[in-house]
Amino acid sequence: MGKTIVVPGDIVSDNIKMSGSGTYVRDGEVCAAVYGILNAGDRYISVIPLAGKYIPHANDRVIGIVTEVAYSNWIVDINAPYEGVLHISQYPQRIDVENMSRYLKVGDCILTMVKDVDAGMRVELSFRDRENRRLDDGRIITIDPTKMPRVIGRSGSMIRLLKSEIGCGMFVGQNGRIWINGNDDRIDLAIQTVKYIEDYAHTPGLTERVQAFLKAKQKTRYGRTHESAESVEHVKSAESTEGTDEVRNGNE
Amino acid sequence: MSERPERFIIDGKRLDGRSFDELRPIKIELSPLDRADGSCYLEWGRNKVMAAVYGPRELHPRHRQNMTRAVVQFRYNMASFSVDDRIRPGHNRRSIEISKVSREAFEPVIFTKFFPKTAIDVFVEVLRADAGTRTAGINAASLALADAGIPMRSLVSACAVGKVDGEIVLDLMKEEDNYGEADVPVAMTVGEEITLLQMDGHLTPKEFYKALELAKSGCRQVYELQRQALVEKYNKDYSVDEDDARSDAGGDSDE
Repeated sequence: MGKTIVVPGDIVSDNIKMSGSGTYVRDGEVCAAVYGILNAGDRYISVIPLAGKYIPHANDRVIGIVTEVAYSNWIVDINAPYEGVLHISQYPQRIDVENMSRYLKVGDCILTMVKDVDAGMRVELSFRDRENRRLDDGRIITIDPTKMPRVIGRSGSMIRLLKSEIGCGMFVGQNGRIWINGNDDRIDLAIQTVKYIEDYAHTPGLTERVQAFLKAKQKTRYGRTHESAESVEHVKSAESTEGTDEVRNGNE
Repeated sequence: MSERPERFIIDGKRLDGRSFDELRPIKIELSPLDRADGSCYLEWGRNKVMAAVYGPRELHPRHRQNMTRAVVQFRYNMASFSVDDRIRPGHNRRSIEISKVSREAFEPVIFTKFFPKTAIDVFVEVLRADAGTRTAGINAASLALADAGIPMRSLVSACAVGKVDGEIVLDLMKEEDNYGEADVPVAMTVGEEITLLQMDGHLTPKEFYKALELAKSGCRQVYELQRQALVEKYNKDYSVDEDDARSDAGGDSDE
């Protein structure tokens, strides 16, 4: 696969109508705005960045960590340059202001959704959805948010592969945090695999590569710990974020 | 401090054997620092500089936040051991000035509007100085910014020109800088928009324009090297891949 790498300032097209994400228009030409991989579509040319921070947008599903319990708000770290604010009224049940930390206290991890981001970059979080909840078990790892689409795969193919092959629960937040649940061995394997995906995120044929990686890993693992592997509880995890347009765009 | 040489140009060559329009050799290493969002180590002749970029990240104190754009913070610092005579560590008049002009070399290029209320921090440490550290720092910082995935209109490339023995020469080395007649650092984008231009010493208007053209050609050469480094980082990762995947899988079955 011929993947072209571009650096900021490279001219990528002379048709300004083609200007997509990661590009800008200068003197009637479309130029790359970030260091990344050129993604030339039929209608738009965009550049997929190779690095960068997570910037919150409305309807993003993210994994946050409560950092502060303020008056009628929880302040949540969402792995972005901006802090998330979860209002007490967003909690599914009525809570008294005095009792807030009984429900969510500092250090709690939550699966939440970005409700709205205003012009002043105040990030309002929502906790109403049935899928939003506190994460009491499992482990959370953080990867580069720009690599997150590769962990999900095209319309969720990669995450499905990981869940079924490893047999663990997994949720990939758009902010680059990944929650993994299951027995310890499987979590370890899942983390190794995710790190592997992160390292090779820019390479073609990633799914096949990961399949081979898992096969090699599991050959040894199952030979040694067959019993524990059998008794793993299959955790019903929240469905992946497969539907979002952003994710789809991110995968070629 | 080295002695003033009697002549800077002997038989049409400079002290280190370069011609008038020749750069010192440049070596670039991308992402040497794990904890930074983007980083670059650059050697330029006998200069050694390290640049690190953090951000966009929350800016404190809060009153310095800008509601409409990101604030760029640039810190240029010379290590106390970077020159022959140890210098006092920390900020001084010179480093504050260089930090300011370097910051201004990047501010028009970075899409700061994308990240209101945040800070983009750039740190440049000079580990060894041998004339032209501000241009080396800008070149390294430009790559570190790209490496951090910061959206920019263009890379910034910088290069100095000067005058020694009545000749306009590109990329001054230490003796030429210390005892030369003029030193003109220039930074520009791919579109040849100049973001930094300073002058120390004296040039006639005619000499100045000649120097500027020479500086631009130097910047273009630097730009090619910067671009090459960024493209190669990816290509290198990519080819290492294949072997890694195999040795990874192989190694594990041995465990």
